[in-house]
Amino acid sequence: MKKFLSMFKKNKATGKRNTYLIMGTIITGLIVIIVLVGLFYTPYSPTKMDSSAKLQGFSFKHIMGTDHMGRDVFSRVVYGSRITLAIATFTVLIGAGLGTIIGAITGYFGGILDEFTMRVVDAMLAFPSILLSLVFVSLFGTGTYQVAIALGISFVPSFARIVRGEVLRCKNMDYVEVARLQGVSDLRIIFVHILPNITGVLVSTIMIGFNNAVLAEAGLSFLGIGSQPPYASLGNMLSDAQSYLFSRPSYVLGIGATIVLMVLGFSFLSEGMKRWK
Amino acid sequence: MEIILDVTDLHIEFHDHDKPETVVEDFDLMLEKGEIVGIVGESGSGKSMSALAIAGLLKRHALTKNGRIMFDGHDLLTCDRDILRSYQGDEISMIFQEPMTSLNPVKKIGWQVEESLRIHHKDMDKKERKRRAIEMMTSVGLREPEKVYNMYPHELSGGMRQRIMIAAAMIGEPKILIADEPTTALDVTIQAQIVELLRKLNKEKGTAIIFISHDLSLIRQLCQRVIVMQAGNIVETGKVEDIFRAPQMAYTRKLIAAIPQIDL
Amino acid sequence: MRYIMKKVLSMALTLFVVSICVFFAFSLIPGDPVTRMFGTQATPELIEQYRQKMGLNDPLIVRYFRWFTSFIQGDFGTSYDYKVPVAGMIAEKIPITLTLAIMSFVMMVIISIPIGIYTAKHENGIADHILTVINQIIMAIPPFFSGIIMTFIFGIVFKLFKPGGFVSYTKDFWGFIEYLILPAVAIALPKAAMATKLLRGSVIDEAAKDYTRTAYSRGNTTNGVLYLHVLKNAMIPVITFMGMALADMVAGSIVIEQVFGIPGISRILLTSINNRDYPVVETIIMGIATMVLVINLLVDIIYRIIDPRIEVED
Repeated sequence: MKKFLSMFKKNKATGKRNTYLIMGTIITGLIVIIVLVGLFYTPYSPTKMDSSAKLQGFSFKHIMGTDHMGRDVFSRVVYGSRITLAIATFTVLIGAGLGTIIGAITGYFGGILDEFTMRVVDAMLAFPSILLSLVFVSLFGTGTYQVAIALGISFVPSFARIVRGEVLRCKNMDYVEVARLQGVSDLRIIFVHILPNITGVLVSTIMIGFNNAVLAEAGLSFLGIGSQPPYASLGNMLSDAQSYLFSRPSYVLGIGATIVLMVLGFSFLSEGMKRWK
Repeated sequence: MEIILDVTDLHIEFHDHDKPETVVEDFDLMLEKGEIVGIVGESGSGKSMSALAIAGLLKRHALTKNGRIMFDGHDLLTCDRDILRSYQGDEISMIFQEPMTSLNPVKKIGWQVEESLRIHHKDMDKKERKRRAIEMMTSVGLREPEKVYNMYPHELSGGMRQRIMIAAAMIGEPKILIADEPTTALDVTIQAQIVELLRKLNKEKGTAIIFISHDLSLIRQLCQRVIVMQAGNIVETGKVEDIFRAPQMAYTRKLIAAIPQIDL
Repeated sequence: MRYIMKKVLSMALTLFVVSICVFFAFSLIPGDPVTRMFGTQATPELIEQYRQKMGLNDPLIVRYFRWFTSFIQGDFGTSYDYKVPVAGMIAEKIPITLTLAIMSFVMMVIISIPIGIYTAKHENGIADHILTVINQIIMAIPPFFSGIIMTFIFGIVFKLFKPGGFVSYTKDFWGFIEYLILPAVAIALPKAAMATKLLRGSVIDEAAKDYTRTAYSRGNTTNGVLYLHVLKNAMIPVITFMGMALADMVAGSIVIEQVFGIPGISRILLTSINNRDYPVVETIIMGIATMVLVINLLVDIIYRIIDPRIEVED
């Protein structure tokens, strides 16, 4: 924690603050806080329709206006952000979890298993991530959980590759050799000795992972094959809002800006962490 | 003798940290036509910085330069950038310590050897350029120059790359060749060959050489005069044999003592 | 030449592996295609009859090779839903998606290269700082959102084009291209921002290398060093990225086609995913996979031309 807080101080060598990290923390922090508060309180019920207040613009009463059914857009955005963030978190958990395990084990043991796994990983990485998740969605079917799993699996290869590279780098370092001479088991070496040493890279990769997961989730649900109503995520809502571009152009703004801010927050965080090192 | 380069009171200061840092102070050098002068000193003594200043290769920001570097009636420190460029590669050439990285990895050897001709003799046709490049590559001792002409740097050894660097530097028949530790990165046997090559080129083409090294034994083999530098200052200067016979400064004695006793 | 042969072979091998994965994945999902075809009208006899006819009772391996051989001969099977050959369904759509992807690629290149070089050349200048921030923000804007914004600005406010007024390339080629400009910009923007950032960093890294000092020592001007020496080296990582970006753009077109109402492969792909019309999904995925692999092959070849060191590393 102390280490984390020190990131916000001026760098002694250059006398500069890490603006990216500060901005990223503020944006992401704000969104997370609003989403968490939204678990207990939103200005309106996200599903409450009001036929007298359809497609209203921005106002103090409805800061992001109302939608085609008279629902408060801000409350719906808070709700949709929760879905998007939940799916993104799930995606990154699967991707980082499985990816780390696969990358660490293949990198540490090497051999035919490593050779084979990396061939598959490379083949998967050659494909655009959206295509990969489309393949998995068409296998598992559409729906919130299916999409989360599909995205998660399509995130595994990139994590596996990065972790493998880091493990290869650490594998022959002195502290690992010493542990091996003391008879520490291989698995213990991997998870207790090596992994803690690559957290820096892993954390920055996880932030990029969030950035990409939010984009991918929003894209898929925009296409109507992501999470389904009533679990409308930001992408679904944006797709709805597009139909009213003529009658209420500002409808798309609140939703779109939220997606952009969410992505921006994570990309600033990962950029900031890269520069911090 | 005709003096072709006259450096007086050269002073270089870095500004990339909070406090300005002086790396060269009161450096003087008078170079006669066709002579070989050595500059010797430990790393950080300012010898490379002085050489880069003469070659006009010090970046223009983050440092200040004072003094005068007179060449062909111009002060290279203050003259127009275009005038400086017209000398670089044509009248004043330079070779560097790291032959492995000093050549562009994605350009053919021939293209790089000919580059000075392309820049300074725009009217020269392609055939003539190639003829000269092959000739120059032959005279720096490269076998099969026609074949090497179409090769890339990574296909050659360090010694061959340094010969290429010398060929590229000498192709415009410059008045001055600055050699900044050209043998440090090479094997001992190749070191001797490169030193021999520089001596040969000096004799044949009459090019004056400023030879920078931390190794006094190489300087003794090649140079007539030597400048000993320490911490940015010239501590001793004179004929090579005088300095070896009767070094005035403790620092010079230390450098002489550091030469391995397998005298050539 | 040997290098290219090797790459072509490895591409063919990858494609073979992809085809196995795709076929087996879609064959192993629960749900019988015949039941799926007839829905509620299916009787056990009818199903059995069709299973025989379609060869679904044969072992998986046999079915795979039958599918694969007809696939490479251009017979992609029949859609469950429309009962027509898949080849006919997608033949007119492919050029649309491909044109969109290529236009996006060209835009990415013409935006990113000059800006990347400019910002690298004026590193830490005011324009560099401003463009770096703008870049970072553009990277966060998903194409479907910027597409909607552009529809609003250029379609509704300035009325420069008619939203949803797509014209087919068979009717009016230039009208078709014109309609694809904004979608292409939407796809290109975030990629161009990434390419700019990458190129800027790459040029700055290369400019600090020893060979630039050599180049200056021969009397090159700053521009001479930049364009004759640095740029070719700096492009090496950028080309890898751009190859990946082009592959991404083929897939990314799917989303943007929805925004602009472009009848490319997107709509067919989405309906067949929703309806589990597997022959169509398989074909489109194999098609995009082939395109991606061909793009990778081209990148490898360009790479080989630019970077002479590659063959040695092999």
